[in-house]
Amino acid sequence: MCLAIPGKVKKIFNDNTAEIEIGGIVKRASLDLIPQVVVGDYVLLHAGFAIEVIDQEKALEISKAWEGNID
Amino acid sequence: MKEEKILLSHGSGGKLSYNLIKELFLANFNNSYLERLDDGAVLNIDGLRLAYTTDSYTVDPLFFNGGNIGELAVYGTVNDLAMCGAEPSYLSCSFIIEEGFPLSLLEKIISSIKKASLVAHVDIVTGDTKVVNKGAADKIFINTTGIGVVKEGINISGNNAQVGDLIVINGPIGNHGIAVLSEREGLKFETEIKSDTAPLSSLVAEMLEVSKDIHVLRDPTRGGLSTTLNEIALSSKVDIEINEGDIPIQEEVRAACEILGYDPLCLANEGKLVAFIPSKIAPNVLKKMKENKYGKESKIIGRVVKKSEGKVYLNTTIGGERIVDMLTGEQLPRIC
Amino acid sequence: MKYIDEYKNKEIAQNILWQIRRISKKKINLMEVCGTHTVAIFRNGIRKMLPQNINLISGPGCPVCVTPIQYIDEIIAFSRKDNFIITTFGDMIRVPGSTSTLEKEKANGSDVRIVYSTLDALKIAYDNPAKNIVFMGIGFETTSPTIARAILKAEEEKIKNFSVLSVAKIIPPAMRFLLESGEVNIDGFICPGHVSAIIGSKPYSLIAFQYGVPCVISGFEPLDILQSIYLLIRQIENGRAEVEIQYERVVKPEGNKIAMDKINEVFKVVDSDWRGIGNIPLSGLEIKDKYGKFNARKFAIKKEETKEPKGCLCGEVLRGVITPPECPLFKNICTPEDPKGACMVSTEGTCAAYYKYN
Repeated sequence: MCLAIPGKVKKIFNDNTAEIEIGGIVKRASLDLIPQVVVGDYVLLHAGFAIEVIDQEKALEISKAWEGNID
Repeated sequence: MKEEKILLSHGSGGKLSYNLIKELFLANFNNSYLERLDDGAVLNIDGLRLAYTTDSYTVDPLFFNGGNIGELAVYGTVNDLAMCGAEPSYLSCSFIIEEGFPLSLLEKIISSIKKASLVAHVDIVTGDTKVVNKGAADKIFINTTGIGVVKEGINISGNNAQVGDLIVINGPIGNHGIAVLSEREGLKFETEIKSDTAPLSSLVAEMLEVSKDIHVLRDPTRGGLSTTLNEIALSSKVDIEINEGDIPIQEEVRAACEILGYDPLCLANEGKLVAFIPSKIAPNVLKKMKENKYGKESKIIGRVVKKSEGKVYLNTTIGGERIVDMLTGEQLPRIC
Repeated sequence: MKYIDEYKNKEIAQNILWQIRRISKKKINLMEVCGTHTVAIFRNGIRKMLPQNINLISGPGCPVCVTPIQYIDEIIAFSRKDNFIITTFGDMIRVPGSTSTLEKEKANGSDVRIVYSTLDALKIAYDNPAKNIVFMGIGFETTSPTIARAILKAEEEKIKNFSVLSVAKIIPPAMRFLLESGEVNIDGFICPGHVSAIIGSKPYSLIAFQYGVPCVISGFEPLDILQSIYLLIRQIENGRAEVEIQYERVVKPEGNKIAMDKINEVFKVVDSDWRGIGNIPLSGLEIKDKYGKFNARKFAIKKEETKEPKGCLCGEVLRGVITPPECPLFKNICTPEDPKGACMVSTEGTCAAYYKYN
């Protein structure tokens, strides 16, 4: 029901928008829903808004858990 | 009953276009040339096999990253001839211009057309100019028609795909679609993606030097790879299988598709071709393609599996399988 | 692309599938609530990879599909008025109302503009002060904060010609409604990851606790979905019913408080009609009176008489009671080119997914 895509915060502007890089594309998005973001964070982008910060440690867990086929 | 109207989707190159062509144009003009629904017709005139094709160009914006309407008008028609296995020779060029269009822009477009015709080795030998009232056309529309000779022994057509043929593409898909889109108002995003606009006649000539036994050539323009493969599968009555992991797509194009909810398989290309080649000669053709400027990233993406009603299957990256359908209606940016 | 490609690995997919086959004994129905999950499942061919005793049912999580036809007629009526510009996400443009679509109204000369963000719609209002700009406010909890933000910004910047036709909905009440109805047997929910990024995991605990149905909040890449299915099976086979978060890299148990505050500031929770499902108590969002000047319903608008498409079984499909091929219209007179029901027109509609990928 809701497409959202991860991207990296490149630059934050005074109007609380940011340049977010997604696979080589740069899109301007609003940070109004996650004002705590800093440059270098990965965020989830939905309809022109960053809606959540991606936890980079947790992001690795799935492959760690399953690579060796360990339950 | 309200009168039915033509929608933008009718011109998107997808299913609605296909139905309009079949039910209105083909139903009225039907003949053995048109019914093949190839990119052009190969006519037999006093023993000479002549490929004949026409196309109109209405791209918005007129100038985009990697090309412009003038270049497209030459290469698009040259490519349609090349997809018939012909060596493009002559083009006509007609303009419909909106009143008030800046002369300097027209000059820029004309100079692009001149340059493109030199690159593609075609002469523009006839043409026409119309100017219409402001609002009666959007800035400028260009139509080009082309002819070229098809050599003896070449028999390329969308209905000629054979079981066992390997399917080759000459590089990454979707760049033109995204390059044009990124300049549209309202969607703007920054990207380095350039349109792949290119003439494919030299590439095709070199492929045919290796072997004249290439079965199908098509340029996946509007409607993209998925639509082109479905058209070929339908007219050759074969099932096709392609591998998701083998289809070349640049990261930026994939990213743009993720953002907007687009399917890269449905994006337009202007410098790509798909070839159906007997497996025996495919390695040699592929090797030759890779030597050409416009074929460096050529890849085998799938094969024709069996005689059937004409379906396209995709083996997904994670080991699943699904159907690939034609584009239906123009792709629209979505959030769901 | 980082945080996408990692979750498309074939070997890991095979590992998870092996474990699923190893622990899965019962014949079960799992519902993927969200349309984006439905599409991801089809696009990756996941259904056919699962053992036969695991049946995936598509749920009502497609905002386009669950918007009743009278609201489509309402926005179409706005588009026919002079001096109005309709702004909408691309998703809505081809959805059939009683007799027309926004795409057809555009062909007839209406000013209908596709936007990517609610703030783009607000900018159109700012640039066209002499026109009324109506935004078609569809979406679930993921999108609602962005609609709320646009309204708050319009207030801050005193943009008076912007209004929203809110048809926004909330998801957990619909899940409870499906369980209450007892029409389908649901053994576990694959819960929507992006909705949950906003609302967190708590709203599902009642479902797990009261109805004994396990819930796993899932990401959208193929490995996310496979792992979520595994986690659900593990709960079911062990006789547990809990809320687990598979999509931990994004979803926090408490959700996004700032986004929730924006929703609560602008919207009130109301009973809401879901197309094909009916009225679900406390499942919709309407603009509070405090922000009434941004509510498009302040305009008196005469819409045409509502006509439901004859024979369309979108409702049964949305409730998971039937699969699309069981609808007599499917593929015969209802196709993506000429859709009768919303489930066929929306890219993430269940019927469109079956048509396109199956």
